[in-house]
Amino acid sequence: MDTLIDIRGVTHAYQTKHGPLPVLDDLNLSVPEGEFCAVVGPSGCGKSTLTRLVAGLMKPDQGEVFLHGEKITGPRKTVGMAFQNPVLLEWRSILENVILPLEIVAPGMARADKIARAEHLLDMVGLKGFETKRPSELSGGMRQRASLCRSIVHKPEVLIMDEPFGALDNFTREDLWQTMRDLRAAEPFTAVLITHDLRESVFLGDQVVVLSGRPARTQYVLDVDLPSDRTIDILYEPTAVNMLHDLRDQIRIAQGRDGGAH
Amino acid sequence: MDWKKIATPLLSIIAFLAFWEFIVWANNWPNYVMASPSDLPAAYEKYWKLFLIDSWQTLWRTVAGLALAVVFGTSLGMVMGFSRTARDALYPLLVGFNAIPKATLVPVLALLFIGQHDFNTVLMAFLISFFPIAVSVGIGLSTLEPEYRDILGALGASKLTIFRKIALPKTLPEFFGALKVSVTLAFIGTNLVEIISPHGKGLGSLFQSGATNGDYPLMFAVLIALAFLGIVLYYAVVALEKVFAGWAERPAS
Repeated sequence: MDTLIDIRGVTHAYQTKHGPLPVLDDLNLSVPEGEFCAVVGPSGCGKSTLTRLVAGLMKPDQGEVFLHGEKITGPRKTVGMAFQNPVLLEWRSILENVILPLEIVAPGMARADKIARAEHLLDMVGLKGFETKRPSELSGGMRQRASLCRSIVHKPEVLIMDEPFGALDNFTREDLWQTMRDLRAAEPFTAVLITHDLRESVFLGDQVVVLSGRPARTQYVLDVDLPSDRTIDILYEPTAVNMLHDLRDQIRIAQGRDGGAH
Repeated sequence: MDWKKIATPLLSIIAFLAFWEFIVWANNWPNYVMASPSDLPAAYEKYWKLFLIDSWQTLWRTVAGLALAVVFGTSLGMVMGFSRTARDALYPLLVGFNAIPKATLVPVLALLFIGQHDFNTVLMAFLISFFPIAVSVGIGLSTLEPEYRDILGALGASKLTIFRKIALPKTLPEFFGALKVSVTLAFIGTNLVEIISPHGKGLGSLFQSGATNGDYPLMFAVLIALAFLGIVLYYAVVALEKVFAGWAERPAS
């Protein structure tokens, strides 16, 4: 398959009061079209910076990010984003929240079509009947489901997620993993998922990329060779458990580097 | 409509008037020392025409000043909300200006714009009431979480679109909170001019003529009329808030 996202030699530093703070150091990463790339690494290692680079919301000091072989120079309509905070607009109903990106990306689309598309997605994530509710009337997990619908309503090529399930309790999180899996089966997109949860990375990812401590570089790439219709139970089977051990070791190395040489 | 919602504030007002009546009666104050609520109907009856004319004068000038404050305060708040430099530059000036007792500006304005009574009065209502609006809009915009910008920014939406679809509606609850403060301030501004440089218009000048004639019931009747106008305008703002920012109100649990 073709490479969709290609990150080549990206180095970036933030300017702070105490001088430059390097966050990414010669980072390389490529995600084939349709694949799900989970990125794990110690906290504060520059994972969120990575999402903003791929989204075209900022430019790296050095190196390049390509999408379909085309250099990213700014935001583009073919990207969807979801964050740990569902950032739903409190003055809009759930349905209107999901429609929001269409108002920017497809202003000419008929309103009935926008509604139909949003209703279809909400139905898929189990929010049928909640279309007219306000975000504040929904639980945290439901809000995050609505937020996921919003991030893919305009059929983006790339879905960028920055710890979208990080604030949820364990069982709700596992529910959402399965929702994510089902959405992927129904709607093809390439995904970059930033997470702290190794089980999540193995359950959802086609590949798991471990970033080193700050400044981050690609330390390790794991190909997750599991069937695409996985269930939560698979995480307790030897293949997956071995992968988790493997990743755990890599995180330990990544943390060691952070506390050691730097 | 919930009858309790009307009865509760009404009862508290009646209780207040009864207390006032009682204090005056218990101290045996004559009405050239302190008027009591029972003196007021006579004053309203005697001067009802003046009350109508002057209330209108006070009201329209207050609302005009307030409208200016909304436009100017919101614009200033936008500038301060989006630019750190503007914030650093404008805050000391604004706070300093706001700390000046506005009564001292009445003669300044009167000399600057001699004879422009309506203009002076509107200007003062504006000057005294734009500050809370500017500050709250500024804070509302500058504290917008970056993710709110990113959900549309990542799609290439313009700054104006992000402002219109996200920043502006998100700031509305803060804006209305400030507007409620500004309403009462604007009345103070209008009456400062009407009382300090009376020119025969507005409730302030009616108060002033009551003071000159030692007509205490008239003076108190003016104060109550002012309070009444303030309440009316306040609830007009509350009604607008319900329409435009009603979503911010959480259901009582």
